[in-house]
Amino acid sequence: MALRKVKGNLERMFDKNLTDLVRGIRNNKDNETKFIAQCIEEIKLELRQENISVKANAVAKLTYLQMMGYDVSWACFNVIEVMSSTKFTYKRIGYLAASQTFHPDTEVLMLTTNMVRKDLNSQSQYEAGLALSGLSCFISPDLARDLANDIMTLLSSTRPYLRKKAVLMMYKVFLRFPEALRPAFPRLKEKLEDPDSGVQSAAVNVVCELARKNPKNYLSLAPVFFKLMTTSTNNWMLIKIIKLFGALTPLEPRLGKKLIEPLTNLIHSTSAMSLLYECINTVIAVLISISSGMPNHSTSIQLCVQKLRILIEDSDQNLKYLGLLAMSKILKTHPKSVQSHKDLILQCLDDKDESIRLRALDLLYGMVSKKNLMEIVKKLMIHMDKAEGTSYRDELLSKIIEICSQNNYQHITNFEWYVSVLVELTRMEGTKHGPLVANQLLDVAIRVAAIRAFVVAQMALLLDNSHFITGFSQRASMCEVLFAAAWICGEFSEFLTDPKATLEALLRARVSTLPGHIQAVYVQNIMKLYGRILTSSGSDASMDEDMVAKAAVEEVSEMVAARLPSFVESSELEVQERASCALQLVKFVQKQLTKGQAAGLGAEIVSLFDGELNPVAPKAQKKVQVPEGLDLDEWINEPPPSESSDSEPEVQRPSLFATGNAENAYVESYQSSKPAELTQEEVQRNREARQQEQACNPNYLKGGGKLESKSGMFDVAEVPVAQLDLPVALKIPGLASSDHYLQKQKQTSSKKKVSTKKKKKSKKHKESSDEEELAAPLHVVNTDVGEMPEGATLSDGMDDDNNDLNDPHRALDVNLDEPLRAEETLPVRSHREAVKFEVTGEKKAKKKSSKKEEKVKKSKKQPIMMDLLQNGEHTNAPTEEPSNDFWLDHAEYEAMPDTSQSKLQVEENEKPKKKSSSKTKEKSKEKKKKKEKKVINEDSLVSSLAVEAPTFVPDLKQTMSNKDKNVLIVS
Amino acid sequence: MMQFMLLFSRQGKLRLQKWYQAYPDKTKKKITRELIATILARKPKMCSFLEWKDLKVVYKRYASLYFCCAIEQDDNELLTLEVIHRYVELLDKYFGSVCELDIIFNFEKAYFMCDELLLGGEIQETSKKNVLKAIAAQDLLQEDEAVEGALREIGLL
Repeated sequence: MALRKVKGNLERMFDKNLTDLVRGIRNNKDNETKFIAQCIEEIKLELRQENISVKANAVAKLTYLQMMGYDVSWACFNVIEVMSSTKFTYKRIGYLAASQTFHPDTEVLMLTTNMVRKDLNSQSQYEAGLALSGLSCFISPDLARDLANDIMTLLSSTRPYLRKKAVLMMYKVFLRFPEALRPAFPRLKEKLEDPDSGVQSAAVNVVCELARKNPKNYLSLAPVFFKLMTTSTNNWMLIKIIKLFGALTPLEPRLGKKLIEPLTNLIHSTSAMSLLYECINTVIAVLISISSGMPNHSTSIQLCVQKLRILIEDSDQNLKYLGLLAMSKILKTHPKSVQSHKDLILQCLDDKDESIRLRALDLLYGMVSKKNLMEIVKKLMIHMDKAEGTSYRDELLSKIIEICSQNNYQHITNFEWYVSVLVELTRMEGTKHGPLVANQLLDVAIRVAAIRAFVVAQMALLLDNSHFITGFSQRASMCEVLFAAAWICGEFSEFLTDPKATLEALLRARVSTLPGHIQAVYVQNIMKLYGRILTSSGSDASMDEDMVAKAAVEEVSEMVAARLPSFVESSELEVQERASCALQLVKFVQKQLTKGQAAGLGAEIVSLFDGELNPVAPKAQKKVQVPEGLDLDEWINEPPPSESSDSEPEVQRPSLFATGNAENAYVESYQSSKPAELTQEEVQRNREARQQEQACNPNYLKGGGKLESKSGMFDVAEVPVAQLDLPVALKIPGLASSDHYLQKQKQTSSKKKVSTKKKKKSKKHKESSDEEELAAPLHVVNTDVGEMPEGATLSDGMDDDNNDLNDPHRALDVNLDEPLRAEETLPVRSHREAVKFEVTGEKKAKKKSSKKEEKVKKSKKQPIMMDLLQNGEHTNAPTEEPSNDFWLDHAEYEAMPDTSQSKLQVEENEKPKKKSSSKTKEKSKEKKKKKEKKVINEDSLVSSLAVEAPTFVPDLKQTMSNKDKNVLIVS
Repeated sequence: MMQFMLLFSRQGKLRLQKWYQAYPDKTKKKITRELIATILARKPKMCSFLEWKDLKVVYKRYASLYFCCAIEQDDNELLTLEVIHRYVELLDKYFGSVCELDIIFNFEKAYFMCDELLLGGEIQETSKKNVLKAIAAQDLLQEDEAVEGALREIGLL
């Protein structure tokens, strides 16, 4: 026997302990995996030994390896063995290992139930504490159900150390076993007034977490929290309470009104930034919930904004960030008060910290107006030129578009300006937002009918100079813009000044390097243009006679027929198919031309693309009714019984028609729609406006603005360089510059002030700006939501799919004010009855019924509103929020019977307390805490002496009015 | 509620991880990897917060160690920074000017400390003194057992 012991000890001397393992790993950096594999082998051997200390050592090492990312789940049993040791040292190691390696799905967990229960009820508070800490990491629904009662017993332990752990643990239990909430809640509520501040703050934490998810059930606790808030000086707890109020106020505006004052006081007095920040957040929430009718409404919002400005101006980046974050919350409801700090926010755009710049960008979104939009966008464009990182530049780009397009282009007065901004954006290198820009171009062209002529002219230029966009491979995503350009030119081809040139641009050889879905759109629009040219040159019967027109048509047909085959050879099915169709069509036209029977053919080709397609509402697809008898979940063909049923094959399945691309689908839905007819007048006006614009544009080449470069190459040297002082150099003649509009806007506004002074000289100019002002309403945005399937309305059943069924907080949404029913108890069971739980549960419930009654009585002693209900007239509606009385206004309150006496009583009790608390403010922190405890004690005395529940309401009232007095004296 | 806490070195080595929300191991590893890469890539003068998926990440660097916590959307960032700071202070008190090596070689102590400060992602004890007292008492228990064990082995007990 002794010999074996000695031998065992000898062996242990050669074992590696944890330190050896760590050191070994550090010394074997080159062959770490090999070393660790070797260690794991050793650990496996050690785990097989009887000696518990060897095992514990092995488990400790495993915990370390687990942290390094190695799988140690195979050792679960050994972890439990170590956990069940009677020695605290090993138990500690065991529980640590368990908390790190176990999770709620671990299979061996069911073996731990009785062991954990034993530890929870251990004599040593530290063993029970270990069990609670460990359990919080791996508690499963089963464990929660089985141990709920034991944990609840710990809530009334004599040791604060255990009480506070148990309180926090209860939250985890509720999440896993929601049925525990109602039976356990009364006791949890008691803990809010626990003499130990740690327990108290733990209880606040738990209730705060619960209430944030289901606020309406916790409204009745508001009085308790209000009292805590006005008396406590523990910042950790105050923050939680204030956060809790932030969750409650949206449900009860009257609470918000009461909160404003204490919160503003805190904002003024506190030096802790975290508390200040929380107060501001809650005040914002309050202000959002109170729609109107507060006299000091604007002062408190001003106070918030003022404080936030101080935060933003602080040199600490963290405060700056949070200041901006909170500011954006205010922005939603009180944009005006934020807008006055525009300077500060624009300044933040120059910050060296990217996350701060992004926050500032968010704020800009709400600060634009019709007046300053152009200016702000200009600033952002300059930033974009300077931005070093692509991700930030992408963010800027998408923000520009987001800002401009918000609320159906609400702030845009001049769409020509917006289109030129978009065109300028196409020149951004290496951005991933090409599709976004393309989408905007399409959207504007479709929705704003009056702008089409301008867009078409710009798009034709883009197509003509497409090599600028496709020139570098890194601009890949920007080529999506060509997709939009091609479609717009084809669809609204009646606005084209030179359809033939555009057609040529579409047919260029380099087009074949574009992505397939763009080529497909090209082909389609080539045909639209072709049809347009056919109809426009020599319409109908006259064509056969008019030899010039016929020659022109033949030339065009020749060109199309010659270039289309390159599309036919495309490897993209979609392009191939469309191109072959188109080619046959052109060949047919050619044949008819030679026969001299081409009359009316143009019109017929145009009619191929006839018909208007309306925008489709974004959710229309979801609304399509499933036809009866169609089961969408049924297999059409049984899936092959492959074992490797990864999702990969599905992902890799090529989308035949490139439908993966949203833009494509979008455009296709519009294809062949007939362009909306513009009246002659409108066309005329557009033309005039355009000519005016061209005249003012120094970069505009007279005579069409297009270079007849047949080679398709565009010589940059030929661009006349005029006015180099323009901040953005224009590379493509004829492309509008957004700056131009900005200048124009400034001119107009300045002119308005100077009025008729220069009337004669600037008459033309003036006309144009007048025209622009007129044109603004002309740019009517079609804001229709789009078509929906028959019988479907926009709103029905929209939000259904937003609710997450797995959210544990759904189950915790229970009425906590309702008295407990007889069957509502926590499952209590001893070791042997474990299996028969369902059967014995009821019996137990009966046995425990006496205990339960006690519990109910206990809870009645608490000053909850239920008693008030039973006294008062409101008894008929027990399910209603019994707390309503807390929100009664003073006058309403006084009308209530039977309370004036107790009110007086409390007034007396209240005054000394107030004094003491105001004194405490002046004293040092240490003392504060002590005093605070005293106050709480006094308080509990007061409540136990004074009384019946109803006094609670006046008590609070009193607190508030006293506060008033305090403030008055101070001010 | 805090979702998890990570400690890692400037070289990107994980030194401590505590998860208060159940994730599968695979996800945990992925999150850890991504977060470490994101945070290490940030410049020193940048603010300590970043939005990451639907969580907010609060981190702070102390010497060569990064302390990083993930919290929910409506949690208070500054409070989380205070929790981190409190944890560092506690470690500092316990180890006596703590350094990375202390945490590497006594990682279990660091965990124990964490368990006394936080439970289930909520702050459990706001008083430094109480935390240190609890830890000291438990260490004492261990020592007593060690002495007892040694005596028993020699045969004195």
